[in-house]
Amino acid sequence: MKRYGEFNALNGASFQTGEDARVVALLGPSGGGKSTLLRVLGGLLVPEEGSVLVNGVALPKDPEGALEALRQNGFVFQGYNLFPHLTALQNVTLPLMVVHGQSEQAAQQRGQELLTRLGLFDHLHKRPAELSGGQQQRAAIARALAPKPRLLLLDEPTSALDPVMTGEVLDVIRELAQEGQQIVLATHEISFARQVADWVVFLANGTVQESSTSVKFFYDPMSSLAKEYLTALTKYR
Amino acid sequence: MPNSLTRRLIWTFVLIAGASLLLYATFASVHYPWNWSNAWSYRFQFLWGWGTTLAISLGASIVSILVGFGLMVGRRSPTTPLRLFCHGTVELLRGSPLLVQLLLGYYILANRLNINDPILVGMILLGFFEGAYLAEIFRGAVESIGASQREAAKAVGFNKVQMYRHVIIPQAIRRALPGTTGQLVSLIKDSSLLSVIGIEELVQKVRIMNSSSYTALEGYLPLAAAYLIVTLPLSWYASRLERRFAFET
Ligand SMILES: Nc1ncnc2c1ncn2[C@@H]1O[C@H](COP(=O)(O)OP(=O)(O)O)[C@@H](O)[C@H]1O
Ligand SMILES: [Mg+2]
Repeated sequence: MKRYGEFNALNGASFQTGEDARVVALLGPSGGGKSTLLRVLGGLLVPEEGSVLVNGVALPKDPEGALEALRQNGFVFQGYNLFPHLTALQNVTLPLMVVHGQSEQAAQQRGQELLTRLGLFDHLHKRPAELSGGQQQRAAIARALAPKPRLLLLDEPTSALDPVMTGEVLDVIRELAQEGQQIVLATHEISFARQVADWVVFLANGTVQESSTSVKFFYDPMSSLAKEYLTALTKYR
Repeated sequence: MPNSLTRRLIWTFVLIAGASLLLYATFASVHYPWNWSNAWSYRFQFLWGWGTTLAISLGASIVSILVGFGLMVGRRSPTTPLRLFCHGTVELLRGSPLLVQLLLGYYILANRLNINDPILVGMILLGFFEGAYLAEIFRGAVESIGASQREAAKAVGFNKVQMYRHVIIPQAIRRALPGTTGQLVSLIKDSSLLSVIGIEELVQKVRIMNSSSYTALEGYLPLAAAYLIVTLPLSWYASRLERRFAFET
């Protein structure tokens, strides 16, 4: 359970993924608790009750332990949240040096390699304000990937982007998934989720309504809320 | 626009010339009996006063930035007594006249502590007074860095100290810069009040000169110029810095 003050944002959000689930999609209507659950799973928020088990081990709840656990994950947000006073490259290298103790040289090399791979070779030394939304989001993905996270958590990474930029970013995420990166993705991009996700967790009103393999969820959703949601989203696609 | 700099220079020149002319016409119409030779003989006193003003302002600026930073941190502390203490200190320093603070601080407090160096005491008292204003400017800047930046800092694994060091303070500095410079200009001008604790800074030197040589404007006009020589470049430098830090468009 996760509360914001008096408000229970998550209540009864229990689920367990299949052993082999690598890419988990969090689906559900806005306000359903996707962002909150994603932050709890990644260790960015600590739940008031209940626990998160990773390979059978609970995430620590003390601030020190939570920070250590969190450092093994990478986060990408809807609003990119790059550091505006740093260049794209510095956004990637700073956490590598400060948090992960890498030398400047190693961090530079890793940063350049990743950003180049994500198509930002010409923009290494630009500040976020000089980049398009899609470029900013790819830089944010590079920042999250740089320390080789165990889990990459993405919270509606394309919701602020136009269709072309959305395509750029989704391509990157699909490639990562194919390479075996473990991913948790909150999204409204249903057809993308259907292609890429192994497992789907459907959330509404702070409760997990459904948790099943992606194939099962898309062809035979159990809950009526999930059925409604899928119909609504596929109406214009 | 390639000629925008030239245009600005020309306009600056025109405006300065216009203002000078207006000033000259005003003085000409009141038939003021100028006596520059008397004033000229006080030039070394004047320079000495100017130097004192600069030295005190520099020292007090450093004190004020340290005090402002400390009070800002204190006001954001989770420890209630510390937070209340710093809040109260800010309100008292900002809410009461500098004159009273100088008199009480020097003749009562410093006297009690057996510190008799008026320059040192003056620097510290002035630094505390302006530091209270800076604390509020700094606090506004730090609090204007939004929750999403804090969350991003946490998400990349920064602890509290690293978050302030690498994310919040670098961005807050830029936002605090205009207000801080304005406050330092005020500090330079407020230093003229230090004559009440016996410091012969620039304004006091001019007063001495005026009363002994029966002049007035011959002292006050150079006085204004002497302040502007310092404050104008400070403002100019600040706007340059501001542009350098302007990463958000
Ligand atoms: N920081 C917060 N403070 C208070 N309420 C919040 C906060 N963040 C989210 N909520 C509430 O929690 C619920 C779930 O939000 P969220 O996890 O953002 O849902 P989703 O990402 O699915 O849209 C919403 O009702 C939202 O209003
Ligand atoms: Mg959300």
